[in-house]
Amino acid sequence: MSASNLHMYVMAVPLLTAMFVNLFGRRSDTVIATMTIGSLAFSSIASIAVLANVLEVGRISYVAGNWRAPFGIELVVDPLSAVMLALISVIALLASFSTLKSVGQELPGRGHQFFALYLILISGLMGLVLTGDAFNLYVMLEITSITSYGLIAMGKGRAPLASFNYVIMGSVGACFYLLGVAYLYLMTGTLNMADLAQILPTIGGGAAVATALGFMLVGLWVKMAFFPLHGWLPNAYSLAPTGVALVAAPLMTKVTIYLMVRIMFWVFSADFLFIEHALAQSGIVWAASIAIISGSVMALGQRDLKKMLTYIIVAEVGYMVGGVWLANSTGLTGAVLHIVNDSLMTLCLFLAVAAIVYKLGGSEFDRLQGIYRKMPITMAAFTVGAFSMIGVPPTAGFFSKWYLILGGVEAGHWEYVIALVLSSLINAVLFFRIIEIGYFFKDENDHGHEKLEEAPLAMQAPLLISAAALIVIGLSSGPLVESIIKLALPAGF
Amino acid sequence: MSIQTSIWPLLAVLVSLLGAIPIMLSDRTPNLRESWTLLAALIKVAIVISLLPHVLNGGGWEFVIAEVVPGVPLVLRVDAMGMFFALVASILWFFTSLYSIGYMRTLNEHAQTRYFASFAVAISATLGVAFAGNLLTMYLFYELLSLSTYPLVTHEQNAESRKSGRKYLTYILGTSIGLALPAMLIVYSLTGNLDFQVGGVMAESGASPELLALLLVLFLFGFAKSGVMPFHGWLPAAMVAPTPVSSFLHGVAVVKAGAFSILRIIFHILGPEQLQQANLGWIVCTVAATTILVASLVALTQDNLKRRLAYSTIGQLSYMVLGAGMLTAVGMTGGLLHIAMHAFGKITLFFCAGAIYVAAGKKYISQMDGLGRRMPITYLAFFLGSLSIIGMPPLGGFISKWNLAIGAVESGQLILLLVILISSLLNAFYFFPIVYRGFFLPAAEGEPEGIKEAPLFCLVPLSITALCSLALFFWPSVFYRLAQLALGL
Amino acid sequence: MELIVAKYNYWIYVVLMMIGFYAMIGKRNLVKKLIGMNIFQTAIILLFISAGVKHGSKIPIVDKYEVLEKGVDVATIVNPLPHVLMLTAIVVGIAVTGVALAILLRIYREYGTLEEDEILEKLGK
Repeated sequence: MSASNLHMYVMAVPLLTAMFVNLFGRRSDTVIATMTIGSLAFSSIASIAVLANVLEVGRISYVAGNWRAPFGIELVVDPLSAVMLALISVIALLASFSTLKSVGQELPGRGHQFFALYLILISGLMGLVLTGDAFNLYVMLEITSITSYGLIAMGKGRAPLASFNYVIMGSVGACFYLLGVAYLYLMTGTLNMADLAQILPTIGGGAAVATALGFMLVGLWVKMAFFPLHGWLPNAYSLAPTGVALVAAPLMTKVTIYLMVRIMFWVFSADFLFIEHALAQSGIVWAASIAIISGSVMALGQRDLKKMLTYIIVAEVGYMVGGVWLANSTGLTGAVLHIVNDSLMTLCLFLAVAAIVYKLGGSEFDRLQGIYRKMPITMAAFTVGAFSMIGVPPTAGFFSKWYLILGGVEAGHWEYVIALVLSSLINAVLFFRIIEIGYFFKDENDHGHEKLEEAPLAMQAPLLISAAALIVIGLSSGPLVESIIKLALPAGF
Repeated sequence: MSIQTSIWPLLAVLVSLLGAIPIMLSDRTPNLRESWTLLAALIKVAIVISLLPHVLNGGGWEFVIAEVVPGVPLVLRVDAMGMFFALVASILWFFTSLYSIGYMRTLNEHAQTRYFASFAVAISATLGVAFAGNLLTMYLFYELLSLSTYPLVTHEQNAESRKSGRKYLTYILGTSIGLALPAMLIVYSLTGNLDFQVGGVMAESGASPELLALLLVLFLFGFAKSGVMPFHGWLPAAMVAPTPVSSFLHGVAVVKAGAFSILRIIFHILGPEQLQQANLGWIVCTVAATTILVASLVALTQDNLKRRLAYSTIGQLSYMVLGAGMLTAVGMTGGLLHIAMHAFGKITLFFCAGAIYVAAGKKYISQMDGLGRRMPITYLAFFLGSLSIIGMPPLGGFISKWNLAIGAVESGQLILLLVILISSLLNAFYFFPIVYRGFFLPAAEGEPEGIKEAPLFCLVPLSITALCSLALFFWPSVFYRLAQLALGL
Repeated sequence: MELIVAKYNYWIYVVLMMIGFYAMIGKRNLVKKLIGMNIFQTAIILLFISAGVKHGSKIPIVDKYEVLEKGVDVATIVNPLPHVLMLTAIVVGIAVTGVALAILLRIYREYGTLEEDEILEKLGK
């Protein structure tokens, strides 16, 4: 283990632990908990060390099996992927405390299967952000997808149906991506991203390269649930066991956004995207604006908290896609910052939902009556997460929205600005509706004697940490952007 | 002018926020809990006053909380204008805390701990608005104020308060996110900073008159706490809250935070001169004048005393906006002064309304016949307060209205003078009958005996604020000086 | 016509892909949807493989010592990389199919059918 290959271990440790969890976890839940948390804690610490190191020395590459790039598979960590790596590890660690509790309740006796898949999913996500090879990216994409198909199908009732739907949609997405890779390979003869980035400008644009980009983007859009390709997400995430949503909701869409950024700027180039295809650029910002509004409006129609949040995720995807395609530095800064902030606030909200589901058995609006009296701490943290989603300063959500809106203003994309503002307003309606139900209505079965029914400490602690993090990150967004995010942006931005 | 770095402004803001913690912890011992409230209020007044002399000498205080956006830190900067508002708010918070104790205990309200805690957060946010050193910081505290008052507005937790709470948030959050936030971002994208500067940060941006007009409109309606029509509907609705909330927050802190924000924007962001050159004052004046007249007329028709006061507040707030819209030195001074004068007057009136409710259980003016003879002190204070609002000497309200009137003449818009006069007349029409009924009409049949003055905790604060209103006529110099400093005169 | 003949491998992949796509969208039976997905994947695999073909070339198995001595003439052998990649893709595809079949099994146990319409009907009740 050394500074130049530490990022390998960040990914490898959960992957190896996954096997042992499946082997030894059958005996007791304590073993599962120790192994899961131990491996993720290692990854978190190591990934933060990697981040600190990369910010200092820059890009670090590791070639798997000692086949030198561009022939072998390269595992690269640069500031952007280091940020993502740390984000994935830390969020997975925080979520896992709550997931352990929730799985213990929802899937008794199947913990070893669940956490084996869970850990593979997480190391798959880490692989996605580390890989420097376009085809390897496809494999990693499918590793995360296959594990999440399985995890989602573990849910009750209609979950297998939702999962099957996701299998079909997800595979189509992956195939489109692979098709794009095929075109790129046909044109350039290489799959290494850095190599591609060098060769592509020399062969000129051309229809084939644009087609490759188009296929890859469509594939990723399906995977990230970019409206109108979002159909699979709400059911899959809301019917899945709560423990799956806890890690999938904050991470999967955001990592896919990262992939889009990676492909756009590290394989193709800003000139190719924004100057040669200015029309497409403009069109995608419009599509993102429509996605934002549609996601928010669809969220309005929900009567279940978890489901409502899944539609908000769809809207948030629009935020980030739009921010990236604004084609200016402010918008891109906002999008990358929003990847971090949105992961955290989604985590915060889903942790609160997990606590609620744990105590109340579900998250339908009817069940939430009087919840502020029953679970004051959980709901206090939920409120912070909600404020961040609405974009109330000084929570983190405000500052990324600040950059995104500013980027829209600078680019003159007023439709995007209006969409963001409208969606903030709709978010306010959505969350204050919950607050109203939880704060005003009394649970009729309790005859007004609501007892304190707080979730266990293992669920509350990560929840409170994530809520506090939203405020701390919000207040330190200046240094965060200056010393980390700016470094993570592609050259020229 | 010397700006000194100091942590005191932050402490002034935080003291009540920190106070909320022991308040929540001493849930079971009301006496201790109230002592915390009073202690925090006292410390706050003390800190604010200790910062005053340096500001009066033309200096200022500054404290950077965090660097959040390039060029725009979260910063507290105590300048004359902020000091002006902070002084009013902190002094009146102290009296309100006293009054709250009397009111809440006598009525035996539920969830008093939550009430006092939310109140503490709200006042912190108010001082934050006052001391904010740039637009972003002000926006932050403005939103915090909106959110912390929500539990206060919905204190009753019944269907009516739920409806009001919804209305409150729709108007306040809807406008601040929907209008003020985009406007702020446009300003930032043009200038790269959001500092409050005498003369306006937009002075060198070279923005076209059309853009300035757009920004002005966005800001004017974006800070809907100022109650300018058509975004005034939340204020009467918010009157379902307990009276101390209505009196302090919806007579002073919240509504003035709105008016203060608009004044800040006109004085220190857009800049009076730019607005003058682009000839945009009329937009502000038209909106404000319409609000003044319509609100005064509607107030006449209200039978619920608190609702009448609410509409009166809507009208009076627009005086401040009107003063700013005149874009003349005297007019703007008058607008700013009216923040203080109206605050002392209106809080007295609300305190009286609460005292009447506590002592006699009455909310409707038509039931208050003959009440003044049983509650003479309350009614006397009410009379003084209403005189101040109407703008009669020898009360504080006269000074601000006088300045406004002169400003109207100076700006050559005699129609504004007319608006001020008519509205003052209407003010008299809706206030004097209350006093008249109280003192001179016989009580209704079957009136229970034994109605007497409200408890001392209610009575003392309202008497003091009434006397303050009186005193402000004779000694307005502190506020006058601060107003002039704020305008760079 | 020339275009179609010269690039017939592309046309085959496009046609296969469309067939797969149609099955995924148009068929109401869940197993048929899954088969459609497999056809879709196969189309892409064929595209990759066909990209490695060179006219008159051999399979890419060469003698190590011969290569070290004489070097290798890449024009005479098929490009092996697409094959390697597609081996991985096939493995991925099988894994997806396996998981999907397992899920279908659960669905069948739950609802007693794999016709989408019938499942939706049962859910509606």
